Amino acid sequence: MSEQPKKDYDFHKEHHTELLTVNMGPSHPATHGTVKFMLALDGETIENIEVDVGYLHRGFEKECEAQTWTGVFPYTDRLDYLASVINNVGYAMTVEKLIGITTPERCQYIRVITSELARMGAHFTCLGAGALELGALTAFIYFVEAREMVWDLIESVCGARLTHNYVRIGGLTSDLPDGFAGNVKTTFKECRRLWIDFDKLLTKNRIFLDRMRDVGGISSADAKAWGFTGPCLRAAGVPYDVRRAEPYLVYDRVDFEIPVGETGDNYDRFQVRLEEIEQSMRIVEQCLVQMPEGPVNVNNPEWRQPSKDLSSGNIEYMIHHFKNVLEGIHVPKGEAYQAVEGANGELGYYIVSNGSGYPVKMRVRPPCFPITSALPMLIKGRLIADLIPTFDMLNLIGGECDR
Amino acid sequence: MTLALVETAAKIAFVFGLNIGVFAPLLGWVERKQSAVMQDRIGADRADVFGFTIIGLFHTMSDTIKLIFKEDFIPRGADRIMHTAAPALALIPALVAFTVIPFGGHYTLWGHNVNLVVADLDVGALFVFAISSLAAYGVVLAGWSSNNNWSFLGGLRAAAQMFSYEVAMGLTIIGLVMFYQSLSLVTIVEKQNEFWHWGIIWHWPAFILYFTCAIAENKRIPFDVPEAESELVAGYFTEYSGMKFIMFWMAEFVEVVTISALCVVLFFGGHHLPFVTDAELISGLGGALYPNFANLAAMGIGILTFIVKVIILIFIQMTIRWTLPRFRYDQVMALGWKLVLPASLIWIFIVGVGILSGIMPRP
Repeated sequence: MSEQPKKDYDFHKEHHTELLTVNMGPSHPATHGTVKFMLALDGETIENIEVDVGYLHRGFEKECEAQTWTGVFPYTDRLDYLASVINNVGYAMTVEKLIGITTPERCQYIRVITSELARMGAHFTCLGAGALELGALTAFIYFVEAREMVWDLIESVCGARLTHNYVRIGGLTSDLPDGFAGNVKTTFKECRRLWIDFDKLLTKNRIFLDRMRDVGGISSADAKAWGFTGPCLRAAGVPYDVRRAEPYLVYDRVDFEIPVGETGDNYDRFQVRLEEIEQSMRIVEQCLVQMPEGPVNVNNPEWRQPSKDLSSGNIEYMIHHFKNVLEGIHVPKGEAYQAVEGANGELGYYIVSNGSGYPVKMRVRPPCFPITSALPMLIKGRLIADLIPTFDMLNLIGGECDR
Repeated sequence: MTLALVETAAKIAFVFGLNIGVFAPLLGWVERKQSAVMQDRIGADRADVFGFTIIGLFHTMSDTIKLIFKEDFIPRGADRIMHTAAPALALIPALVAFTVIPFGGHYTLWGHNVNLVVADLDVGALFVFAISSLAAYGVVLAGWSSNNNWSFLGGLRAAAQMFSYEVAMGLTIIGLVMFYQSLSLVTIVEKQNEFWHWGIIWHWPAFILYFTCAIAENKRIPFDVPEAESELVAGYFTEYSGMKFIMFWMAEFVEVVTISALCVVLFFGGHHLPFVTDAELISGLGGALYPNFANLAAMGIGILTFIVKVIILIFIQMTIRWTLPRFRYDQVMALGWKLVLPASLIWIFIVGVGILSGIMPRP
């Protein structure tokens, strides 16, 4: 009876309607990290989406070429600003690889401890913000409280809450403060309490499940092809973690699990991150037990700037102090790539040195960029409301993605 | 005649004073403080007069003063008349609905019969639904007249959501109407004189359905898709500022009160104390010796009971608002049409069977 739609049937032409073009961002409540989505909407459905990144582009890689090797650290802080220590560690390890030095064991343990604390902070923020954007403000505040306590710990270590600037080539700015292990114990107790509260509020909440399940899903093959790493890749069922695949620092000496999802949808990403918080706490606790006493800096004034006492009392140290301050350290000619597991995935540094006091070329592999590039594929044909949790769980960090 | 006018004027003043003067501003404070308590925060406590903060109550005042002096901004390309009228269209129905809600019972004071409701309509329940559905106009017009895509989307969502849930909401109380055999809210309250005739005892499934619909109708979390701040910036009131903006908020708060009051009237016995009928209360207060005093005292107790019940239901609404995340737009619609509507139809059937078979004795 009914007439079949013609082959070149155009709904919009027939009904004299057109797609609604909306600019979502750069200043929109959901586009934190500053990004713009150009949406073509058919009612509530997203027909087309263009992701416009780059609003936080500061020319990080070029800027580094004008800094001494040590001077780069504050710039790395601004990459993934929720987990600065990991960025510091990645850069320091790449340069150490170029030089060919190994840091003392205590330094390695402290780097792992602070990295994991930073990862916890980043995951707390990501999950909390994800809950917030779905309207669960209370859950957000619970995790912000947990994050603030973790940041109190980091503050006690390096004096900064957000941009830590803690790691140095061949060492650290300072050792852990007195009573750190005790503080970690009390803080983790509170964190676990808040973690359980958050879990109770959301994980089995039917509304939350309906919003997250089967939204933004990606197969493991697709995830690999798009260059996913980190929690988003693990949620898709690939147990790839740089900490396990290519163990650096002392990750091969601690026991931790790699949570893996099945469907790669937002709910799995949520669960993977939630579980990783617990695993990070386990790593920190083990490290605090295993950590040996000893120095935190390499005893080589050529690379690690010596203390004031040494540099004013010893001619060798004094010369290096003078040269390091004026020219920076002279990293030998060569190139190196080193990846660390950032809060969002594989954070890689590729650095070229020509033997001068400045890096001649620097390239960062940000985990966010390939992940964000898959957003249009994940969200086309879905509703606007689905864009929010998907974008949150992919977790674009502007500073890292735009560099 | 004059006495009747004075009485009506007093009741109107009481209802509006209670809503606009007490509940609407206080709810702004409650929303802040209750969320603060639930989230381990201190909450707003900085506004002070001569160093006194009174647990943040001055914020209500300072907010009002601030918003009065804010620029009243109308975006270019907006329909100026509609843009201005929309907040009023949203607020007034919420207030008017309160006129048929009895906040007390019948009392005889010095030979004068006082009925504590502004307008005792035979179709009170229908009037409430008719009036509250007008609120949708304010919201839709606000979204449309702002000349902003986000507002427009919010207005469309609001239209769809409010109209869908009105249907379901109307059906949820049909069972009650069958049970009490009246559409007049005053009669419904009178018939809940005995505790065992309270709506919640026999009609608790209807209460759950009605409460769900009412929150959806009021567009608060988890049903706040028309103003979902992470999706649509602020939805239909994105382009509003100053007092017009606060009128939307007041409309929301007044509606919270109206919903609670209606729930109290329909399900929680109105002004009645549990286990104590009106006649018992008056005689217990010495009705035989001092009839006027006893009636006056019973009136006071009745109004107080009503307000306490309303406050408890407001508390429940606030707790829901600060606990749950938000639905997706299509899920809200699916819930309304596929779950709440059939469930209320089934409940009507069950009530019908119950009444006819005598399992549910009608009061």
